[in-house]
Amino acid sequence: MNEIEPVVAEGAHSSSSGAEGAQTSPRIAEGAQAWPRADHSTEPACGRAPMGLLAELTYRCPLQCPYCSNPLEMDKPSTELSTAEWQRVFKEAAELGILQLHLSGGEPTARKDLEELVKTASQSGMYTNLITAGVLLTKDRLKALQDAGLDHLQLSIQDVDEANAEKISAYKGGLAKKRELCGWMHALGMPLTVNAPIHRANIENLPAIVEFAVAMGANRLEVAHVQYYAWALKNRAALMPTREQMMKTVEIVDAAKEKYKGIMVFDFVVPDYYASRPKPCMGGWGRGSMNITPSGRVLPCHAAESIPGLEFDNVRNKSLSDIWLTGQAFEKYRGTSWMKEPCRSCDRREIDWGGCRCQAMMMTGDPTNVDPACGLSPRHAEFVALATAESHVTTPPPFVYRRLGGTVG
Amino acid sequence: MTTPTPRTRAIAVAEAKPALPRHIKLRHDAGRGRWIILAPERVFEPDDTAVEVLKLCDGERTVHDIAAQLAKDYNAPIMEIEGDIVQMVQDLADKGVLRL
Repeated sequence: MNEIEPVVAEGAHSSSSGAEGAQTSPRIAEGAQAWPRADHSTEPACGRAPMGLLAELTYRCPLQCPYCSNPLEMDKPSTELSTAEWQRVFKEAAELGILQLHLSGGEPTARKDLEELVKTASQSGMYTNLITAGVLLTKDRLKALQDAGLDHLQLSIQDVDEANAEKISAYKGGLAKKRELCGWMHALGMPLTVNAPIHRANIENLPAIVEFAVAMGANRLEVAHVQYYAWALKNRAALMPTREQMMKTVEIVDAAKEKYKGIMVFDFVVPDYYASRPKPCMGGWGRGSMNITPSGRVLPCHAAESIPGLEFDNVRNKSLSDIWLTGQAFEKYRGTSWMKEPCRSCDRREIDWGGCRCQAMMMTGDPTNVDPACGLSPRHAEFVALATAESHVTTPPPFVYRRLGGTVG
Repeated sequence: MTTPTPRTRAIAVAEAKPALPRHIKLRHDAGRGRWIILAPERVFEPDDTAVEVLKLCDGERTVHDIAAQLAKDYNAPIMEIEGDIVQMVQDLADKGVLRL
């Protein structure tokens, strides 16, 4: 229907690289290579070593968004990895082949040592991306992060309607702080991505969100329909848009892509409840990226702890490369050998990798089943009906806000 | 409080002087034996010729200069090369990988 690219897992598509045909032709004069009359466009890269690492530096966060991807039971601040531990992990990550480091949380700027961590990561050669709500940053700190080598900043917004943003995040005055931050970013010449999680409570403001990103000087806008795991799953009935609303966002984003071509790059993540094929979750389990929790557990994806029977190694006890190559949690659903029907014989098995294991677990109680987002799943109709029913409730339930210390009641 | 930025699409022409913005990195990935472009939330794998072009995108050379250089190196007609490069540069500028 339109180009939709995964945001989390870089290089998620197994692509044929554009390199073939670029070799020396025997007929070409000595010392010269053939000029291939070919499309020199670039292709997303992929490889067997991991390319991306999401480092959740802390679960502390001043915001309480009800769609947070952090787990319901969060690591306590006292268990967080130390500065030296993260620095060692980042060096190991770069050696392992990680190219992109996403510094996330919680709110990563709640770590007072963030500048030191960025510096180490940057010196190790990784591309450093800070994923932040922006409300704790000062101009001086932003400058210090730039000096430390920060390559890029991704700023989340809850809405461009101030009162609604405050209701969603349970945080006062956030939008004004974000605007101020964008001004500093601009003054420092730093590249900005605006990330807007989209759900029932802000979906009608999408056109205004696009204009906000343009006005803030963003280079990129991620229009990311909420993915229903963790807190978002708990709040699904309050957040799920209708299929019609979702389809409208496709139109809005398509039109905006055209209007802002060459000005702002778009990423668009759709909710898989209304899809007929599952997303290639994480670009395939244990295939291109990994997550590290604040206390050092290494996960194939941020929701992996919802799957029973997986053993998660900790960077405090093992090297990152050991964990990636031989860790039980990574080996368990890597590749295709774990698959059952209809995945096993499906010709898309190395395209979507059977979808999402966590969602299969959640819906069917067995993570080796096909993702219910897939039209081939016997549970697919039920899955779609769930979203349809929840999204049409006239008065959605109140938000259960994300709070450290787990869910109460 | 809004930040005025140039909000027009850059169009690749022979006189354009393409360069990689500071936050886009062309790097050799030794572990995988290939060149890569690191961009926000993206990794691109340019083919061999794209790498040759990108190495010359220094903000001083024009597309025409780059084509002339490669026409010499590859012993190929400059017109053909220039057309290819204009197309490639436009594509990468639209992806935010090059500024013109």
